[in-house]
Amino acid sequence: MCAENLKRRSEFEWYIEPTGKMHVPVVIYADKQLIDAMDDQVYRQASNVASLPGIVKASYAMPDAHWGYGFPIGGVAGFDPEMGGVISAGGVGFDIACGVRALLTGLTASDIEPYRNQLADMLAKRIPAGLGSRGKLRLNRTEMDDMLVGGAEWAVERGYGNRSDLERIEERGRMKEAQPRFVSDHAKKRQEDEVGTLGSGNHYLELQKVVELYDELNAKSFKLAVNDIVVSIHCGSRGLGHQIGTDYLPKMVKTAQSMGIELPDRELACAPIKSDIGRLYIGAMNCGINCAVANRQVLTHLVRQVFSDLLPKANLVLLYDVSHNTCKVEQHSIQGQTKKLYIHRKGATRAFGPGHPSLPSDLIKTGQPVLIGGTMGTASYILVGTEKGMDLSFGSCCHGAGRAMSRKQATKRWHGRDVIRSLAEKGIIVRGASIRGVAEEAPGAYKDVSAVVEATEKAGLAKKVAKLEPLICVKG
Amino acid sequence: MSSKYWEHYPHPADMGIRGFGPNLAGAFEQAALALTAVITDLQTIEPKEKVEISCQEQDNELLFVGWLNALLYEMATKRMLFGKFEVKIKNGRLNANAWGEEINVEKHNPTVEVKAATYGDLKVEQDKNGNWMAQCVVDV
Repeated sequence: MCAENLKRRSEFEWYIEPTGKMHVPVVIYADKQLIDAMDDQVYRQASNVASLPGIVKASYAMPDAHWGYGFPIGGVAGFDPEMGGVISAGGVGFDIACGVRALLTGLTASDIEPYRNQLADMLAKRIPAGLGSRGKLRLNRTEMDDMLVGGAEWAVERGYGNRSDLERIEERGRMKEAQPRFVSDHAKKRQEDEVGTLGSGNHYLELQKVVELYDELNAKSFKLAVNDIVVSIHCGSRGLGHQIGTDYLPKMVKTAQSMGIELPDRELACAPIKSDIGRLYIGAMNCGINCAVANRQVLTHLVRQVFSDLLPKANLVLLYDVSHNTCKVEQHSIQGQTKKLYIHRKGATRAFGPGHPSLPSDLIKTGQPVLIGGTMGTASYILVGTEKGMDLSFGSCCHGAGRAMSRKQATKRWHGRDVIRSLAEKGIIVRGASIRGVAEEAPGAYKDVSAVVEATEKAGLAKKVAKLEPLICVKG
Repeated sequence: MSSKYWEHYPHPADMGIRGFGPNLAGAFEQAALALTAVITDLQTIEPKEKVEISCQEQDNELLFVGWLNALLYEMATKRMLFGKFEVKIKNGRLNANAWGEEINVEKHNPTVEVKAATYGDLKVEQDKNGNWMAQCVVDV
């Protein structure tokens, strides 16, 4: 990115003055190297977001920001319904509530060492992944609607997990604003047998080892110690979420047009929060969030079954579940006034600091665990939200490494078999349905996740707690 | 180069697809091939079964994305891949036939699932020779 277009406000904060149709500035959190490598399109897309009606404070880009469609990936924006603020289907994206959950296992690396290949095989066999895979559940329309209303709570009520899991999911696993009647038959049809499936692309199920702690106190609160084994699941709302996006985008393009909202890019399709289409989308999108957390809950159950069959001494406890493609209603303080805002996070993680009322009682002192997914060959991180982050970015931070290279470039540079071999040499077992898919997800196609996390911490968005490295990676 | 072909173009997170044709319908057919080629090798798909698809939109760009998303819906719900297309467009209404077969992971070795066709980088244009080009970013 042309750094001369930006003003540097501090070492890790960059600023673009509002010009033209922008209502607010753009604020990018990153170090100089990440800024230099950032695509010009991030600047353009973040500026486009800044021009949407009712945007408050700034259009933010996180350190892992890259060129998305509509919003940049790593984009955060809050809208005030009382100021004509909008909700954007493009600002949430097609994988509604795609997210990460981390499960503690009570096992250490030496416990699983003799079982690594068996574990990889069993997980790959029992977790439906990749195109065309089906889950074991088949939902009829009544059950579908119950799932869309109940979210992870629905899953737990049907025996997929424990009530204590719910405490460790954002909004306790259930968005109350969900309205299944605003979700099309097409979307429900697409989801009939996709509950409990991983999907494909950058989605994964990993067994990771804690390799480093940065903050002993918070690590202890999160029950993390070096050499501990953690299960990480990255996936989203499957066909239902994709179809909700598909259904509402054209509707919002037309609404924006009829209401005189000028869209610099059709993918920014949006509607006023206080409009009919806005209300319909909010009801549907919240079903998408519930679907995603129900999906991760069912997958958790499948993983627990694998461990119970192979390593019965394991005790899989949910550390936390975060969604990183959402729009949520939150209270934030704007110039000393508490306001109810609609916060869009597109490829950005909520990172509430200590004392936030939405946190469960045992996390209120520490702040929210923030789960940052890496790539197959590098590292993942567990961070914790900060008070400062509440002010800097509506309590948001990065979501992963962020791609540095397109899928096309990645397949030109690497072959999937070579990627698998070189990871095996590092002790990482990869089970993936597709060789080309593995090449597209090669670790080298991503930014350096450690640099992203470092910038996130130094900017004050969240604080590092632990670094984890993959041992087993199951890809779709 | 013939006036009828498709290509992929790089996009950092996802994939850009582009179809060219002597007319709008031809460009849409080619773009559907580009979409399928994101998922699998086109040569592996046999045209065993025909599915009819139709959609309607107010302009060519919305119609283009509507067409690709209608196709993705058929792929997802019928668990099929399509390798041959015949598109007709009249007054903003698209009627198409798609030929393909049920997904067979061993045979088709699918790389990735496409979540949706997006309005990102969306263009439907006619060049000075009268040929059409249709492109957009697909979310994978």
